[in-house]
Amino acid sequence: MNIDSIKRGIVLDHITAGRCMEIYRTLHLDQLECSVALIHNVKSVLMGRKDIIKIDEDIDIDLDVLGYIDPGITVNIIVDGEITEKKHLALPERLENVLTCKNPRCITTSERGLTQVFRLTDPARRIYRCLYCDAEQK
Amino acid sequence: MRHLINITDLTPDEIEDLLNLADAMRANPRDWGESQRGRILATLFFEPSTRTRLSFESAMLSLGGGVLGFSSADSSSSAKGESLQDTVRTVSCYADIIAMRHPKEGAPMAAQYTSEVPIINAGDGGHNHPTQTLTDLMTIRREHGHLGDMTIGLCGDLKFGRTVHSLILALIRYPGVRFLLISPPELRLPEYLLNTLRDQGIPFEEHQAMEEALPRLDFLYMTRVQKERFFNEADYVRLKDTYILTPEKLRLASPALRVLHPLPRVNEISTQVDADPRAIYFDQVRNGRYVRMALITRMLEDFA
Repeated sequence: MNIDSIKRGIVLDHITAGRCMEIYRTLHLDQLECSVALIHNVKSVLMGRKDIIKIDEDIDIDLDVLGYIDPGITVNIIVDGEITEKKHLALPERLENVLTCKNPRCITTSERGLTQVFRLTDPARRIYRCLYCDAEQK
Repeated sequence: MRHLINITDLTPDEIEDLLNLADAMRANPRDWGESQRGRILATLFFEPSTRTRLSFESAMLSLGGGVLGFSSADSSSSAKGESLQDTVRTVSCYADIIAMRHPKEGAPMAAQYTSEVPIINAGDGGHNHPTQTLTDLMTIRREHGHLGDMTIGLCGDLKFGRTVHSLILALIRYPGVRFLLISPPELRLPEYLLNTLRDQGIPFEEHQAMEEALPRLDFLYMTRVQKERFFNEADYVRLKDTYILTPEKLRLASPALRVLHPLPRVNEISTQVDADPRAIYFDQVRNGRYVRMALITRMLEDFA
């Protein structure tokens, strides 16, 4: 794979330096059959250093999960070697089955089949709370 | 279909309407004696209760409706391992409205997804207790004339005290309310509620000594240290008698103070205080019936 020229796929740019492996694991990129390039500690005018992930296939990415992990990421969609779309992420307002409530008194710890839902309650402090019990995700 | 899970599910205008109706019901309860005939309230109490369950049942009976339900998890199918959502789905086939109490936080939120009738949260663990808050608001308004411009002391278990959490969330929507939070360090108000007060610029102070706060209060809201919320009995024993309101301590307070308590009490208010005209917690109990009559009436109107 020539990491400079994807024909059709996705480039995750402006990843906070050092986080590319966490994103690789969380998005289960290790299970893809296509080529995936992790580029660590690239010089960046904006960020000083950054990571980049290039995926040589157009896959569905859970942007909410990605936004939660690292909201500064830019998602570039590549078609015929050209960037056709740029998506700037933000902290998602709601996360479903991404986080698990740790409060032992929460109904989600005993009730079968409940969707784990967290709401963004304080964007400045990046605080998510369980929809059911209001416990803060630590 | 609307449920009542948190007190903030109700707007201040809706609360005012409920309190007006509750006052009218208290003045002339027989005027509503047939208004819900043929309707059924189910009381699903997975955790013991005296006042809340009986006040709900009294409220529905006073409206001419019927009641069914259970008063402990042991006497329901949850003892056989049935899920909460299945229990609620089943009961909603038999009743027109459900009041439920559950030891797990967020249980009513989970229950609403499978209920075919309105759910009222009658207390979920240490989390919320919105109908107690309506009772508290009714009592405060009847004494104070309105719901703003007051200094209220919240004393005791502010960490697990669900009535305290709901009352704070209700009162911060009115102007001029100042909170004095009186608790041992282990039972401080949860950080998310402290942040809510800070973010909204609501004046509050934290105290460990009741005596520091008493002279400045318009209302004192006492709470019980709840044995059932502790995983460790030794912690409960150490903290349970931290605050005891006595006639001697009440001498520090204004003659205009009013003492509230959601009840049950254990030792935190001496029985000698009961005769003091400032103690209004049994009037608060009375209000609980009428405010639940008003709530059932409005929720069934909306559902119809």
